[in-house]
Amino acid sequence: MNVQDFVERIKRGDRRILAKAISFAENGHPIAKEILRQIYDKTGKAQVVGITGFPGTGKSTLVSKLVEEFRKRGKSVGVVAVDPSSPFTGGALLGDRLRLNGADVDKNLWTDERVFFRSMGSRGRLGGIAKKTGDVVKLLDAAGYDMILVETVGAGQGEIGILEVADTAIVVLMPEMGDDIQVNKAGILEIGDIFVINKSDLEGAENLERWLSFTLSLDSSDSAEKGSANAERWRKRVIKTVATRGEGIKELADAITEHFEFLKRSGTLEIKRAERTKMMALEIAMEEIRAEITKRCSNLLLDSKDPYTIAERILKDIIKI
Amino acid sequence: MEKIRVLIAKLGLDGHDRGAKIIARFLRDAGFEVIYTGLHRTPQEVARAVIDEDVDVLGISILSGAHIPLVPRVLDFITQYGGDPNEIVVVVGGTIPTEDIPKLKACGVDAVFIPGTPISEIIKFIKQKVAEKRRDNL
Ligand code: B12
Ligand SMILES: Nc1nc2c(ncn2[C@@H]2O[C@H](COP(=O)(O)OP(=O)(O)OP(=O)(O)O)[C@@H](O)[C@H]2O)c(=O)[nH]1
Ligand SMILES: [Mg+2]
Repeated sequence: MNVQDFVERIKRGDRRILAKAISFAENGHPIAKEILRQIYDKTGKAQVVGITGFPGTGKSTLVSKLVEEFRKRGKSVGVVAVDPSSPFTGGALLGDRLRLNGADVDKNLWTDERVFFRSMGSRGRLGGIAKKTGDVVKLLDAAGYDMILVETVGAGQGEIGILEVADTAIVVLMPEMGDDIQVNKAGILEIGDIFVINKSDLEGAENLERWLSFTLSLDSSDSAEKGSANAERWRKRVIKTVATRGEGIKELADAITEHFEFLKRSGTLEIKRAERTKMMALEIAMEEIRAEITKRCSNLLLDSKDPYTIAERILKDIIKI
Repeated sequence: MEKIRVLIAKLGLDGHDRGAKIIARFLRDAGFEVIYTGLHRTPQEVARAVIDEDVDVLGISILSGAHIPLVPRVLDFITQYGGDPNEIVVVVGGTIPTEDIPKLKACGVDAVFIPGTPISEIIKFIKQKVAEKRRDNL
């Protein structure tokens, strides 16, 4: 199959070909770049929602419930769920799919024609997503999925990577997660547009809500402010949920949709996306440069001098050409 | 080499998940990317996951005795959903009576691993077979 076949069949909604294209993208296969280039004009329709937060807060359970809710609202949904790869073996247990279809689903999400769920290993990248998560999102977007949910690795160490792919960032917290300092330290308060206090059936949810609402009210760096075309700002939301029982999911889905409306209305969406495209381009270029340098300089690195001098020589060599 | 992706599936009413979880763990430690379906999946669900996740290996764990109706049904649904079960490595593990092993192999299963099989043997088989299939699929 050539690039054109891939492109046509992805646009037509052939999920097997979409799945193959995703693998090519994940593996950095040269054909992936051509496919992505050619489907790019079909992208941009979907709302990309990132879901991040400490391990075990209930992200995957929430994702399942959100998929169900958006399906009820007539939307098709793509999911990309990232789990950590072992830095030692490269292996990974991709355990997010397991939560798809929790208790009492009306519709089977595993076999729903308009749901596409893909698990990814982080494959050595830090920040909560894999290097190729952005490419996978683009493929799902081109395939016509209305909503794309991206679940990050649950590390709670500032999963800043989500901002590279998501229009809307959701931070999931739960009661008894440790004290305020840890939440502050993790730097997740800055990245969220919507905060979910999941497991609200557990003790401490009210306290967490009070603290969170208060802290956010002090925060002047509202997400819309930087770059918003007009003065409208997004007021960060705090929503309590019990994902296992489906409580609070409607409110969360509403907030997600409202945030997208806000992004479009205020002109923030365009600005955010342009910025992301630039970052992505930089990333692609850097990758090529890194590969090129590594190739050309493999001998040079055997040089016994200090690393600063070697680096200088590498740069001179590259710039000269 | 490209990562080997594996789906470990449990079907029907079978609640024995120790073996499946142990296999999933060991395969991860051997460097594979392993997706576990959890208990009580239907053949349709597993077939869909095989296609969407684009796995190299489908591993079905069955200790309920229902392998004969269930395993062929999964493979049929993969075909029905536009996939090709011959492109992937299909292995079955669990309490499979020896007389059923040829039957499973006849419908497309590449190997059956009964209780007591050393895990190193399972890993070796999968690695070898995936390399073979990847050559064939080129
Ligand atoms: C522990 C056990 C249980 C536990 C299960 C706990 C759990 N969460 O897993 C409990 C007590 C809950 C249980 C319940 C039942 N059990 Co029970 N159970 C066993 C027992 C003793 C051991 C199974 C086990 O965990 N082995 C350890 C693991 C590591 O081994 P394994 O799963 O076989 O995996 C190895 C290989 O098979 C292979 N493998 C397995 N899966 C996979 C997958 C892949 C991809 C690969 C490559 C390899 C592979 O590799 C592994 C390593 O070598 C077996 C007896 C036996 N000899 O197997 C009976 C057995 C499986 N149970 C049996 C029965 C009948 C039941 C019950 C119906 C009993 C009842 N009347 O209530 C219930 C049914 C529960 C249910 N919903 O399914 C029968 C099944 C008969 C059949 N097949 O027709 C058995 C065989 C006992 C017997 N001789 O009668 N059981
Ligand atoms: N009590 C309670 N438990 C919940 C709730 N939501 C999820 N859980 C449980 O929390 C555990 C973890 O849920 P997951 O959805 O896997 O959490 P996760 O954030 O995706 O986990 P990682 O991906 O491993 O970081 C499971 O046992 C869920 O059943 C909830 O609202 N209340
Ligand atoms: Mg998860």
